[in-house]
Amino acid sequence: MDEPKKIMHVVRKAPHGSIYAYEGLEMVLIMASYDQEVCMCFIDDGVFALVKNQDTSGIEIKGFMKTLGVLADYDVENLYVDQTSLEERGLTEDDLYVPVQVRTSDELGKLMHEQDVLVPQ
Amino acid sequence: MLHTINKSPFESDSLVTCLRFAQPGDVILLLEDGVYGAKANTKYEPLIKAASEKVKFFALCADLDARGMKDLIIDISCVNYEGFVDLVVDHQVNAWL
Repeated sequence: MDEPKKIMHVVRKAPHGSIYAYEGLEMVLIMASYDQEVCMCFIDDGVFALVKNQDTSGIEIKGFMKTLGVLADYDVENLYVDQTSLEERGLTEDDLYVPVQVRTSDELGKLMHEQDVLVPQ
Repeated sequence: MLHTINKSPFESDSLVTCLRFAQPGDVILLLEDGVYGAKANTKYEPLIKAASEKVKFFALCADLDARGMKDLIIDISCVNYEGFVDLVVDHQVNAWL
């Protein structure tokens, strides 16, 4: 098998209004199970995907809070969050459901350059 | 790195967010409804003019023509489909959908 690729999934959409974030998370788990070096980056409304206490039972959507919790078991340990996107939405790291690394847009821009593949979600 | 923007800046944050992340030397290609960002005298023109000191802007000719966009910000160059392919071959692509 080829060397593992560095793959960053860039989540920019809110979780339940479209299927992007949910399907994207499925894709992350699939890629991670093929031993690729997968990380995720949450930007713009994508940061809402990480907010605590989401209860989707009322809208009859499965939700993915539990799936987020098992990312570390798939060795997806690097979840990056854009500081500006958090601040613009009145959120702090404490509002998020899983441990993340908050970075400036410029730092994340540099990190994007280090990836082999960027997957938009 | 080649950033592609396919949404109008009036509809989506893609262009503004992308510019926050873009690094010096990166290329930004406006296509589909993204080409509305190339129009002169919009509220986004100052942002694009400032950013063009560190990144290079292109807009896809066919999409500009299809939308009757003639009066472009001076810092934005028109590129045809062949040029689009060259950009994709030469850069890592970051699509801001």
